[in-house]
Amino acid sequence: MRHDHVLTAKQFSRGDIEAVLDRAADFDGPTGDTRHTDSVLGLLFFEPSTRTKMSFETAIKRLGGDTIDMGSVDSSSVTKGESLADTVRVIEGYADALVLRHPKQGAAKMASEFVDVPVINAGDGAGHHPTQTLLDLYTIRENAALDDLTIGIMGDLKYGRTVHSLAQALTNFETTQHFVSPESLALPPEVRYDLDEAGASVEEHTDLEPVLPDLDVLYVTRIQRERFPDENEYRAVASEYGIDRAMLDEAKADLSIMHPLPRVDEIDPAIDDTPHAAYFEQAHNGVPVRMALLDSLL
Amino acid sequence: MTDTNSAADHQLRVGKIRNGTVIDHVTGGQALTVLAILGIDGSSGEEISVGMNVPSDRIGRKDIVKVEGRELSQEEVDVLSLIAPDATINIVREYDVAEKHRVERPSAVVGVLSCPNANCITTENEPVDSRFAVLGDGVRCTYCGTLIREEFADHIEVE
Ligand SMILES: [Zn+2]
Repeated sequence: MRHDHVLTAKQFSRGDIEAVLDRAADFDGPTGDTRHTDSVLGLLFFEPSTRTKMSFETAIKRLGGDTIDMGSVDSSSVTKGESLADTVRVIEGYADALVLRHPKQGAAKMASEFVDVPVINAGDGAGHHPTQTLLDLYTIRENAALDDLTIGIMGDLKYGRTVHSLAQALTNFETTQHFVSPESLALPPEVRYDLDEAGASVEEHTDLEPVLPDLDVLYVTRIQRERFPDENEYRAVASEYGIDRAMLDEAKADLSIMHPLPRVDEIDPAIDDTPHAAYFEQAHNGVPVRMALLDSLL
Repeated sequence: MTDTNSAADHQLRVGKIRNGTVIDHVTGGQALTVLAILGIDGSSGEEISVGMNVPSDRIGRKDIVKVEGRELSQEEVDVLSLIAPDATINIVREYDVAEKHRVERPSAVVGVLSCPNANCITTENEPVDSRFAVLGDGVRCTYCGTLIREEFADHIEVE
């Protein structure tokens, strides 16, 4: 893949995805590579995300490169009111590529208009998280396949940026997507619009039970407390959109369960030791996949 | 002002202009929105005449806007298509219609509409204009993807 910026999963073609996943497979092992010893990656995390940040750090270091970051958001110039446009123009002078996590939708897109180095969107509000999608796809390909796939995507589909990116990327493959959520957290209209435009096979549900037996992959996301004004309402909804070991009796023997992590109560820990659990493997895949992506950009 | 009811005279209600632009066949009731989209509020001294809900053979009731001393650019005219798809634009020079245009849907509108998504980066204090791609049935924020399919007037950026 040769894109200057990685902003949304919508920009990925099937060929782009396959190229990154194939290359990731080469990096998926103990042997590192030091082909990018002169590369410096700028980590701009305006919102805390230890895991994504550490995953990028590990990836660039295993390629022989290094990172710079802005420290905690509290101590940075953000709190002094500097615009994002100014920040990225300054850091561009220090780094060969920028990884941006920002609470506002469209932040990475805007940042990309102000700099000449590649901008990698590592999450923009409720918008997109395309590098998570690449590691999700890598994990799906390892456990199931990307074509002739029936996937259930459950939880917070409205604010879940990982869901938005994954759903868009899956339109490149022969896949049926079943979306399961409370009505108040259903897919936003713009994501549904893209899926319809792409001619994707999509069904929306409020209940997992009827679709569970058909699924090859169940992708679970966390429902956040702050989406509900009332604690009881949150508890009622959260407990309904999880999966436990007993429910797996209804599932295919080779169902893979995924989750972008961290989880709270959505996945019964009793599932961890079963062959269904793919979420820790999924998290580990972040490094080789990001190595592959960085290798293609730097 | 004339007090005749004959349709032919409705054009005259708002008077002829010498040099400028006549925007005709605006959807009834949308004239003020048209002016807002064009950023015309009379504060720079333009002479503006507005007729609202006048009878029209073509579209039932229509609005008509005349702006003396200003020729609209094609870009400005194109943005009108969002709310006044039937509008015709007459550029007037020395009392004669020198050019006649229909509005056409542009591929994007920049700096005209503000994004209704409060979490969109364009609503922050950043040095970017709002930008919407024009779709078949609405517009879409280039930054956050939010769709606007109706009530465009509610999202016009007020300077
Ligand atoms: Zn927006």
